[in-house]
Amino acid sequence: MSSETQSPETTGLRAWLLSSSPASRGQARVGRAYVGWLAFRSNHLAMLGLGIVLLLIILAIFAPVIAPYDPNAQVLADRLQFFSAQHWFGTDELGRDIFSRIVHGSRLTLYIVVLVAIIAAPIGLAVGTTAGYLGGWTDTVLMRMTDIFLAFPKLVLALALVAALGPGIENAIIAIAVTSWPPYARIARAETITIRNSDFISAVRLQGAGRMRIIWSHIVPLCTSSLIVRVTLDMAGIILIAAGLGFLGLGAQPPLPEWGAMISSGRKVLPTYWWVATVPGVAIFIVSLGFNLLGDGLRDVLDPKTGGQG
Amino acid sequence: MTAMITASDLNVIFGKGADRVHAVRDVSFSVTEGTTFSLVGESGSGKSTVLRALSGLNPDWRGALTVAGKALTPRRDKAFYKLVQMVFQDPYGSLHPRHTVDRILMEPLAIHGLSDPDRRIEQVLEEVGLGPQFRFRYPHQLSGGQRQRVAIGRALILEPRILLLDEPTSALDVSVQAEVLNLLQRLKAERGLTYILVSHDLSVVAHMCDELAVMNHGAVVEAMDVGLLKSHQPNHPYTRQLMTASLGYDRAAIDRFEDFGLSE
Amino acid sequence: MSDTPLLTVEDLKVDFPTRKGLVQAVRGISFSLGREKLGIVGESGSGKSMTGRSILRLVSAPGQVSARRLEFDGIELQSLSESQMREIRGQRISMVMQDPKFSLNPVMRVGEQIAEAYRVHQNVPQDEAKRRALDMLRAVRIRDPERVYRAFPHEVSGGMGQRIMIAMMLIPDPDLLIADEPTSALDVTVQLQVLAILDDLVSQRGMGLIFISHDLSLVASFCDRVVIMYAGRVMEICDAKNLSAARHPYTRGLLNCLPKIDGDGSDLPVLRRDPEWLEHGL
Repeated sequence: MSSETQSPETTGLRAWLLSSSPASRGQARVGRAYVGWLAFRSNHLAMLGLGIVLLLIILAIFAPVIAPYDPNAQVLADRLQFFSAQHWFGTDELGRDIFSRIVHGSRLTLYIVVLVAIIAAPIGLAVGTTAGYLGGWTDTVLMRMTDIFLAFPKLVLALALVAALGPGIENAIIAIAVTSWPPYARIARAETITIRNSDFISAVRLQGAGRMRIIWSHIVPLCTSSLIVRVTLDMAGIILIAAGLGFLGLGAQPPLPEWGAMISSGRKVLPTYWWVATVPGVAIFIVSLGFNLLGDGLRDVLDPKTGGQG
Repeated sequence: MTAMITASDLNVIFGKGADRVHAVRDVSFSVTEGTTFSLVGESGSGKSTVLRALSGLNPDWRGALTVAGKALTPRRDKAFYKLVQMVFQDPYGSLHPRHTVDRILMEPLAIHGLSDPDRRIEQVLEEVGLGPQFRFRYPHQLSGGQRQRVAIGRALILEPRILLLDEPTSALDVSVQAEVLNLLQRLKAERGLTYILVSHDLSVVAHMCDELAVMNHGAVVEAMDVGLLKSHQPNHPYTRQLMTASLGYDRAAIDRFEDFGLSE
Repeated sequence: MSDTPLLTVEDLKVDFPTRKGLVQAVRGISFSLGREKLGIVGESGSGKSMTGRSILRLVSAPGQVSARRLEFDGIELQSLSESQMREIRGQRISMVMQDPKFSLNPVMRVGEQIAEAYRVHQNVPQDEAKRRALDMLRAVRIRDPERVYRAFPHEVSGGMGQRIMIAMMLIPDPDLLIADEPTSALDVTVQLQVLAILDDLVSQRGMGLIFISHDLSLVASFCDRVVIMYAGRVMEICDAKNLSAARHPYTRGLLNCLPKIDGDGSDLPVLRRDPEWLEHGL
């Protein structure tokens, strides 16, 4: 476009970050991140999502400090109490403080979500980019495998896996991870196919780069942003499946304060003591919402297809 | 003078059955070291396909290709890529959107394990007329002409002897085109490079090349010395029509345009 | 035909607020147009496309258009409501864009799209619209109009697609056609053939044509008058015939930096941009 009128506020750190001719690799990278942050910051709902997720992380880190009681301490005399100054969210059927259990449960939620993301996203990325770039029979074999996994409903497959592996939080994580990667592989493959024939990939081929180098340092960085968005949006689903497995007694085992398991045990007293099941339900709802809002905001910033910075 | 590049009876066929496209038909030419050879034609003439076969991007060709005296196979080794580099048409699509100029120029050095990358990057930026302040910019911070300079720098950093130029200026403004054409001419003189230039623009071709071949529907209709073109005396009616068209809008001449279909 | 111009543009401005400040795409330009072929020439970023779009109120948010006068055939376009503007668009002023593939609906037969374009503005039965559409396809010299009428956009070539677009834009018989790089994606011979069709239709119907292009030599040989734009300003307006005698250094620079078929192959003169040009336009 034509010339730009520079606003006078660009000074100091901000000017360094927004510099159009960075002096080092580091400055270029940080400056780029800063521009992304500026775009993200202007989206209020995304900031709300980020706030919720940060709150979850803070809760998880400082759980022992924040929680007023031991999450597993049973005081049978104080069973099923309503909200009060001593027990902010009341107590459950074994007289445990629900607030403390929610706070400690955030650790489990975060643990599940992070582990699933760490396991599933790289598998999906590796399978998808390899299939998409190499094409031919590699593509056929890898994608038919993916299709087999996709053919089963996620929860049913996870249930079957947990039933085979035995109940427990680790097995639940493995089961969810195994069922979550196929959509990531599909996304990564679709992105790779659109990137594969672009001139900048041809250019690096003409420099003599090998396949692994092309996939790893030229295709993967372009697929990760849409994958990060998708994984963030899926976090809500992962939390719900984890809660679902917990609810069915196949996930975290008592007395672990997993939110799904808490709903399950609160269910028995739901008609009279509604808060026992409702409070963890609200927690699941808020955290899922937070991840969804964050994912939407990230999509606006990261996804090259919807504008953003390509 | 020795032939740097030769092609004889080059054929490229895409697809099978009803979708079969004979994109390049029995194309032969020879390019002398240190000169510029042009392939001219309209879209679908097969001119870029010849370039892609030569560069190694398209392995499905038949016939014989030689570069620097060695016969080419569909698969190329690293030594070939150090000898032959390519500049693409679209400066917006030929640079990785998430890599800085530094990273883009570093990549070929890393692949070939060349020493002293910092010095080489600074030197090549200087040579293509970009200062060191461009080194850590992302492509979206550059104009089209600057991007094309980076692309030329990327091709030159391996110190090749041959550059394949695929419509290197057709996506640029005319004032930027002049700068890039001057840059290419200067680099050729300084480094003794051999160019193959693919273009649809006869005036760019006349300005740049020593010899040219005009292509239509995959076949060469006429090969000639650039002098013939400059004196407006091509032999083949198709070339003459292209030349008339490139001189501007002339209502009367347009009615005399013919459709040069397949000559089979 | 009268002496009053078909279109008068005075002090047209298009601004885009961005994070880095205000970007002025068009900075106060003025020109007028009769029933003639007016070329607007400029490099990328000169604001030539924005000028064309702002006449039809097609500048998308956050762009802001303002003008002292934007008068078409005695109507001040800025005073019209959105629905009145829709009446003008298509029926009285049409626009042809660079890539026909993006402007045509991919799942509708091209003939039906042309007939539809006619029926939007004229209340006529379907077969009447079809007859008109076929006539129009013949007018843009399509040899087998019945077959093309039934084709889908992906089944036609680039040159054919651009002829179809022109047929579609001209079927409501507009008074003014704005063509934004209508032939830049086409091969040079096809480009000239499409322009010849446009030329004939414009002179037969007595329309005004604004031809927006980056190709100075093409515009000089095709149009009656040329507006040269740089950085959102008009540098010079001159008769196309006399372009080679243009005086403005920018115009001269653009002409000089073009390689010529019979040139001597020495270095091309490079355009020196004078910061003064940003401050002063016509």
